[in-house]
Amino acid sequence: MTRLTGLALAALMASTALPVSAETLRWARAGDSLTLDPHAQNEGPTHTLAHQIYEPLIIRDMTGAFEAALATDWAPKADDPNVWVFTLRQGVKYHDGADFTAEDVVFSINRAKSDNSRMKELLSSVVEVRAVDDHTVEFVTDGPNPILPSNLTNLFIMDKGWTEANGAVEVQNMDAGESTFAATNTNGTGAYKLVSREPDVKTVLTRNEDYWGKGQFPLEVSEIVYTPIQNAATRVAAILSGEVDFIQDVPVQDLARVAATDGLVVKTAPQNRVIFFGMNLGPDDIANDNVEGKNPLSDVRVRRAMNLALNRDAIRQVVMRGQSQPAGMIAPPFVNGWTEEMDKAETDVAQAKALMAEAGYGDGFSIQLDCPNDRYINDEAICQAAVGMFGQIGVKVNLNAQSKAQHFPLISSGGTDFYMLGWGVPTYDSEYIFNFLAHTRTDQRGSWNGTGYSNPELDAKIVSLSSETDLDKRNATIAEIWQVVQDEVLYLPIHHQVLNWGMTDKIGIEVSPEDDPKIKYFSMK
Amino acid sequence: MLAYILRRVGQSVLVLLVVGLVAFSMFRFVGDPVDAMLGQERTQADIERLTAELGLDRPFPVQYWKFLTQAAQGNFGLSYRQGRPVTDILIERAPATLELAFVSGIMALVGGIALGVFTAIRRRGVAANVIMTVSLIGVSLPTFLIGILLIYIFAVELKWLPSFGRGEVVRLGGWTTGFLTESGLKAIILPAITLGLYQMTLIMRLVRTEMLEVLRMDYIRFARARGLREKSVNFRHALKNTMVPVITVTGLQLGSIIAFAIITETVFQWPGVGLLFINAVQFVDIPVMAAYLMLISVMFVGINLIVDLLYFAIDPRLRLDRGTEAKA
Repeated sequence: MTRLTGLALAALMASTALPVSAETLRWARAGDSLTLDPHAQNEGPTHTLAHQIYEPLIIRDMTGAFEAALATDWAPKADDPNVWVFTLRQGVKYHDGADFTAEDVVFSINRAKSDNSRMKELLSSVVEVRAVDDHTVEFVTDGPNPILPSNLTNLFIMDKGWTEANGAVEVQNMDAGESTFAATNTNGTGAYKLVSREPDVKTVLTRNEDYWGKGQFPLEVSEIVYTPIQNAATRVAAILSGEVDFIQDVPVQDLARVAATDGLVVKTAPQNRVIFFGMNLGPDDIANDNVEGKNPLSDVRVRRAMNLALNRDAIRQVVMRGQSQPAGMIAPPFVNGWTEEMDKAETDVAQAKALMAEAGYGDGFSIQLDCPNDRYINDEAICQAAVGMFGQIGVKVNLNAQSKAQHFPLISSGGTDFYMLGWGVPTYDSEYIFNFLAHTRTDQRGSWNGTGYSNPELDAKIVSLSSETDLDKRNATIAEIWQVVQDEVLYLPIHHQVLNWGMTDKIGIEVSPEDDPKIKYFSMK
Repeated sequence: MLAYILRRVGQSVLVLLVVGLVAFSMFRFVGDPVDAMLGQERTQADIERLTAELGLDRPFPVQYWKFLTQAAQGNFGLSYRQGRPVTDILIERAPATLELAFVSGIMALVGGIALGVFTAIRRRGVAANVIMTVSLIGVSLPTFLIGILLIYIFAVELKWLPSFGRGEVVRLGGWTTGFLTESGLKAIILPAITLGLYQMTLIMRLVRTEMLEVLRMDYIRFARARGLREKSVNFRHALKNTMVPVITVTGLQLGSIIAFAIITETVFQWPGVGLLFINAVQFVDIPVMAAYLMLISVMFVGINLIVDLLYFAIDPRLRLDRGTEAKA
C-alpha cells in the first residue's frame, strides 16, 4: 500500500510540467486589485487591472505618451477657453453588446465626481459635462484648464444602461455595509473581458474579439491569468520555475538571478516616482529635535548642508544595487518642468560642515527621522544609510521606521518633523507636484506638504498655473517656481525609483513608467 | 456533566469578550486605514469625512460595542480593503485554510505517532537515531525558511510541485476543495509539509518519551511474560496508555496549525484566512482583523472544550474523581 501511494505520488510529481499555450499570459505581481468598480479606489494595481477591461477617453501608452482611446480627438473650444471638446470614437461596443455613446461619458464622469468616488479630486475643476451629440462631449471647467486631458487617463467609462440596471449608480459607501454590483462585475469596452475573479487569488480575462482596436494593437495575448504573489521570494521562484510568464516588482537582490536564467529577461526603466526627505521648516520650534526655542530646519543653510551630506551614489551602489537614478529635484525626468541641470545633486561634506558652522550648528543637533518600511523599494535601508551620512555633519538622526499605515498618517497630521516620502506624477506636469507638495497646506491644496512652508507669492504662482493657457508663459512660471523650491531646499531629493519587470523572452514589451502593463500592447513570439 | 459544560461555556464567552477588547484597544497602534484607503490626491476634507464615516473618530469602547452588537447578529461589516462583507470573504477563504490544516494535522499525527513508536521500540537502532537527529531540524528551523527551502528544491530546481497557490479547485456548494484535482493535490503537498513539520516532530518526541516510560512499567513486563505477541504489547497495551497527553497536545496544536498558517500561507500564497489576515494588518483593515481574531479565539476556546470532554471519554479515572467529589 505504502509503495503504491509512493509510486502514485512520483507519477503525479513527474507530470507537473504542463504544456504552455502560446497565447496565455500568466502574470503575477505583489498586490491585487482592490475592487472592480473603476471609481471606488485610486490605486495602482486596481487601475492596472481596470485598464485591461475598461477604457478612459485617453490612455497613456507604454512609454507614457497620450494615445486616443474612447476619444479620437480633444481640444479646447475655439471661442471658450473654459470648455474642452472631446470627439468620441464611433462603433465602440461594450462587452455585453451595448453601444458606447456620449451619454455614457456624461454618466461616468458624474459618477466619478460623486461624493463616494475616490477619483473625484482629479475632476475638481470640472463644473459640468454635457453631451453635444451622440459622439461629442464638452467638459466645462471653472477656469481654463490646459492640463485637463492628463487628469482623464485613469477615469474609466462605464455603460449607463448596465450600471443603472444593476443598481450600481452609487459608488460604494463604506458605511452602508453593502458592496455594489460593479465591485464584482464588469462591462467595459476594453481589449479583455472578465471570465472569473477570486480576489487575492486569481483573475482570468479573455480577449475581446470585437475590440475596436483590432489591427491597431498587437493583441497577441488571448488569455490573461493574473495572480497576486505577495512574498518576493515566492514570486521570483514562480517565474524561475516557469509557473508564471511575467512578474512585476522583481526584488533588486534577485535581478541577476532572474536575468541569468535561460529563457528569462529582466527589463528596467525609470519609474514615475521620486523618493525624498521632507523637513518641517515652518514652525519656530519643533518637537522631535534637541534644540530648544528654535528650529534648525528653518535655516536654509542647515537644509543646504543636509542636502550636500547625502551621498546619493553610495545609496545607489550599496542600498539599491545600482537600481536607482540619483535625483536633485523632486520631479521624475519625463515630467514637464524637469531639467537635467536641476536634477544633478552633489555631495560635499566639507562644505556642508562649513554651512552648519555658519548657521551656528557647528556642534550639530539631533532629530528624529520617520520612515516607512514597507512602501518604497528598500525604504528603511535608505534611511539607515542616510542616518550615517547626516551623522558626518553632526546631525544625529534617530531613525523611526514603521509600517506605511503608521507612517503616512504622521505626514497628514503634521506629527513628523523629518520624513521620507515618494511621489509619482500621474499628470506628467509640475503643477501636480507644486499643488500637493509646495503650496501652503490649505483645504484644497498642499495636502502632502508636511514642511510647514508657506510662501504666498509662490502660492499665487502655483494657482495661476491651473488657468494659464499660454503654454510658454506657463512653462516660464513653472521654471520660476522650481527655482524657489530648489533655492529654498524645500525637500532633500534622494533618487528616482527604477522598475524591474521579469518575463520570458518570448514576451515583447517595454517597462512603462507608471508600472501599469496594458496587455493589449504585449506581443508574444 | 451538564453543569461542567455550562461552566466551561461561560468561561469561554468571557475569554472571547476579553480577547475582543484587547484586540480593539490595539488596533489604534497598527495605524490609520484612512490614508491607505484614499488615493494620493485626497484632501484634508476627504480624510475627515472618511474617518467620520468609518466611525474611527469615536472612542474605542464605542467602536467595540458597535462591533459586538453587529457581530452578535453575524454581521462583521465591510472590509476596508476589498469593500465586500467580511463574512463573505471569510467563508470564501476558510476552506483553503481548513483543508491545509486538515492535511498537515493528519500528516503530523500519523507521521508523528508512527515515528514516535518506531524510535521508542528501536531506540538503539541507527534509523531511530537518524530520525531523532533530523527531527531536531524540524523543531529548530523557522517555518518560512523551510517553506522557501522546499520551494527552491521542489519547484525551482526539480520543477515537480507548484511554488504558489492552490491549483484548480472544485466548487461543492459553499465549499471549494483542492482534493479533487491533480493540480490541487500537488499544490497542497509543500504547504502541508511546511506547516505540519513542527507538529509532527513534536508529537513524535512526545510519543517516544511516553512510550519509553510506559514500556518500563510492570504491566508491560507481565504482558510479555504472559507470552503476548510483541505487536499486541506495543500497540494495544503500551501505545493506548500514552495517548492522553498526545491528545491534549494534538488538540492544542490543531488550533495553532490554523492560527500559525499565517506564515505558511504567506510563503506559498495559499489563499486562506492567514493570508487574508496579513493583508488586513498591512492595510489596517479593522473589520477583517477583528473578525479573524474573534474567529481564532472561538476556535481555540472550542478546541480546549472538546479536549476537556475527550479526557472524560478516554480516561475513566477522571469520571470517577469527579463523581466522588460530587458525593463529598
